Amino acid sequence: MKKSQTVFIAILFIGLMGLPFLGSEYAVDWMTKTLIYGIFALSLELLVGTTGLVCFGQAAFFGIGAYAVVKISADLGAPDAIYLLPISMLLAGLYALFVGALSLRTKGVYFIMVTLAFAQMAYYVIHDTPIGGGTDGIYLYNKPLLFGWSISSSLEFYLFTLGCLFFVFALLGLITHSRFGRALSGIRINELRMRAIGYETYNYKLMAFVISGMIAGLAGYLFAVKDGFVNPELLSWHLSGAVLIMIILGGLGHLRGAFIGAFAFALLEEFFRSEAIFGSFAKYWHLGLGLSIIFCVAFLPRGLFGIPSIWQSKLMGTKNSTLEDQE
Amino acid sequence: MDFSTFLIQSLNSVQYGLLLFLVAAGLTLIFGIMGVINLAHGSFYMMGSYLAFALSPMVAEAFGGGLISTFIIGIVIAIILGYILEWMFYSYLYERDHLQQVLMTYGLILVIEEIRSILVGDDVHGVAIPEWLSASIQLSEVMTYPVYRLFISGVCILLALAMFFVLSKTKLGMMIRAGSVNREMIQSLGVNIKFLYRIVFAAGIAIAAFAGMVAAPVSSVYPGMGQGVLIICFVIVVIGGIGSIKGALIASLLIGFIDTFGKVLLPEVAGVLVYVFMAMILLWKPSGLFKAGS
Amino acid sequence: MKGIKYSLVALAMVIPSAFAQSQPPLKVGMMLPYSGTFAALGNAIDNGFQLYVKEQGGKIGGREITYVRVDDESEPSKATDNINKLIKRDNVDVVIGTVHSGVAMAMAKVAKETGTTLIIPNAGADIITGPMCAKNIFRSSFSNSQPGVAMGEVAAKKGYKNAMTITWKYAAGEESVKGFKESFEKGGGKVTKELTLPFPGVEFQALLTEVAAAKPDVVYSFFAGGGAVKFVKDYAAAGLNKTIPLVGPGFLTDGTLEAQGESAQGMLTALHYGDNLNIKRDNEFRLAYAKQYKLQPDVYAVQGYDAAQMLAVGLKATKGDISKKDDFAKAIRSTKFDSPRGSFTMSNANNPIQDFYLRQVVGKENKVIGIASKSLADPARGCNIQ
Repeated sequence: MKKSQTVFIAILFIGLMGLPFLGSEYAVDWMTKTLIYGIFALSLELLVGTTGLVCFGQAAFFGIGAYAVVKISADLGAPDAIYLLPISMLLAGLYALFVGALSLRTKGVYFIMVTLAFAQMAYYVIHDTPIGGGTDGIYLYNKPLLFGWSISSSLEFYLFTLGCLFFVFALLGLITHSRFGRALSGIRINELRMRAIGYETYNYKLMAFVISGMIAGLAGYLFAVKDGFVNPELLSWHLSGAVLIMIILGGLGHLRGAFIGAFAFALLEEFFRSEAIFGSFAKYWHLGLGLSIIFCVAFLPRGLFGIPSIWQSKLMGTKNSTLEDQE
Repeated sequence: MDFSTFLIQSLNSVQYGLLLFLVAAGLTLIFGIMGVINLAHGSFYMMGSYLAFALSPMVAEAFGGGLISTFIIGIVIAIILGYILEWMFYSYLYERDHLQQVLMTYGLILVIEEIRSILVGDDVHGVAIPEWLSASIQLSEVMTYPVYRLFISGVCILLALAMFFVLSKTKLGMMIRAGSVNREMIQSLGVNIKFLYRIVFAAGIAIAAFAGMVAAPVSSVYPGMGQGVLIICFVIVVIGGIGSIKGALIASLLIGFIDTFGKVLLPEVAGVLVYVFMAMILLWKPSGLFKAGS
Repeated sequence: MKGIKYSLVALAMVIPSAFAQSQPPLKVGMMLPYSGTFAALGNAIDNGFQLYVKEQGGKIGGREITYVRVDDESEPSKATDNINKLIKRDNVDVVIGTVHSGVAMAMAKVAKETGTTLIIPNAGADIITGPMCAKNIFRSSFSNSQPGVAMGEVAAKKGYKNAMTITWKYAAGEESVKGFKESFEKGGGKVTKELTLPFPGVEFQALLTEVAAAKPDVVYSFFAGGGAVKFVKDYAAAGLNKTIPLVGPGFLTDGTLEAQGESAQGMLTALHYGDNLNIKRDNEFRLAYAKQYKLQPDVYAVQGYDAAQMLAVGLKATKGDISKKDDFAKAIRSTKFDSPRGSFTMSNANNPIQDFYLRQVVGKENKVIGIASKSLADPARGCNIQ
């Protein structure tokens, strides 16, 4: 792992540990939600940023992870995260295996659309068939324990989520710096060459897809437990779009970027919805959000993460590529 | 299902398929020729419907009514709007990757939807079918078929023919096709590719808006109506092969059949069928039924 | 002497303000759709609520009202955060919301856990006054099955023998159809086929052909908003309305008549509100609403208005102290509400027991022509409030 990244994560982690002690209960809830989206964004970053696969159906894995908790725990008196969490992740991973195996046969725009189609398929299965348990959503009646210990306060759950985030960071950090991760980067840059030098790129991509799906499933699990309620909208293409926006807002090609993007996206929403700032115009907050997305794509193609290097190149007069900063 | 019901359902399928084609045609044009994924396409469809709603009373006042004059004015507005939007937003996107196109046009959806809300509010509206098209044909003992639906089908077929003709038989079409294959080459041949693209884009938007206008009397006009057709149109474009008008037409008809008969025969999974079908086609032919240019 | 006079004046000035200080304003959290498909409904509810508060001079239960608004976007995946924002960040005393059932379910969960008073001004999900019911959760509207039950009774009484139903494949539609089926079959009819299409699809032609082939005596359908407009128009365009009457809950023709035009004429629907009710209370309400907002009120405005009435009744009984949950709930349950829709009472599951009117579309009005079901209560299966 690169030094700058390790330092960043260490500081971030310590900062986030301390944060809830400063804020109100709502702030803790808000942070928890944002951390979950951070995990979700990280899962997609592995696909888009590292491997170069633009998946427009990531919400399906998120939603499956969430629904798995609720459906499985419905019949158990006191389910435990120790097996429920892996099962949720596994189910999301299984669907990712199925989707990946089929969709990786296509390329470019077709890949984007096929992943979207598979997500829509999952959405309609949950939405229309008895498997989903109703279009209005279902409640999680039995909150999972953790090693027999019940996570009841939002602070405890926040810390648990933070632990998960840290775990995902570490895992992805290890992956991207392993041989496997370098192969994925190679595929992004030039797949043909990778194949020419003997890599079975399909298998590598499929592996990345499954890992990504499982991490998204983890995020979904956390979301369901946090809210205690799931709804088919968790699988909607709007959410798939939102998480794509997060990673590009933060800056592609950096694990940190995904996390920063999730945060920035949540803050942007809060900002534009604030009646204190926009008065009665706040009800048109989508307008501000939409314009900022357009602005970001037009002027910050490398995301917030790219801002320092833009300044740098402006000040130094050199074109300092972020490529060398690739993790 | 007896035979006559089957025939009527087939008619429904074709009619629905043709309507879908009308929306998807503009999408595949922009998608295939300019290489831009335009998620906001559904919003232009919605805009067309709202234009029909807003314009028809004004047209009635100025010219004493008339569906055709409403359409013409609406199309002119849509072309101007498309031209401006291309210049303001889309011209940045040609050199960008698909991800950024997806995001920028996603942002546009939000913006257009809010502007609609500010300008015309969130109510549901209807647009009247003109007198001369309001008749209906007796199909079965209790069921009739509105002439206006047949009119829509006719318009769709005409549009398909016109697009085929322009793209394959005219000089403009030749330039457009050449530009989609090699942008630099055609530019060095002295064609103003920027202007050409702007025209194509404006035409694509105008077709979407036109679809919205034509559909307005039967579909009514309501917020969020564009998003309902958006995804299904992408499915059509991808199944048909990006950029292929012929592919879009055939895919639209196929989807029309699957959707219609799916609702009747397999209501439990009707929502899933279209996507299963798309997945199957792409596994068989990973770049759609008809690749552009073939 | 002068000193005493001044201090008396000062005292006189301090006392009332100190008095007012003891009852800080009541914070009302409005969580409604202010954008998207249901925005018009959200605004009507908000207007209705405000109208009642204004009529009381801006105060209810002796407390000033201040509002905190959150746009729920009819988006269930954000619902928990949105209501948490109101309860935990803005510390509202009571939450009013919302239209979308999925969002309301997430809200009910949080309300139940935190004990915050929640008044639901529309969302009809049966579960909220069923297994999820709680003594701090009230509904000023209806449960999804109620209008269906009322219409089923009417259809059976009219002597229809077999019926078909059409709705989106989603909970509100299915619950409504279930209500219709229950009372229609109890009255001797038979639902021969339940047609559905994926939500929010609006391509009805295939299903209309099915109806035409089967020729039932009557068709019951549940759609709302844009879907309702298109369905009613398509039904008429297919000529079916001439031979097979189309009936439904009031949402099929409420706020949509301008768009539906000719095609809806003569249709029968059942709802707890309608035009031309000709109750004094309603006439006054309609006049005041039209004056205030330059708009005609609809059923959603009434539901918002009654949500405010409920809050007022509860607050009055607890002298402005909303934390006295038991007294608050008891007052609401023992009150006969004088609503623009006519009077109603609350069931033990905190859902209105109300008359459902039979309405007929005449011109641009849903004219009340009789009572479809008198004092209809929600069965509230699975609810037990202590």
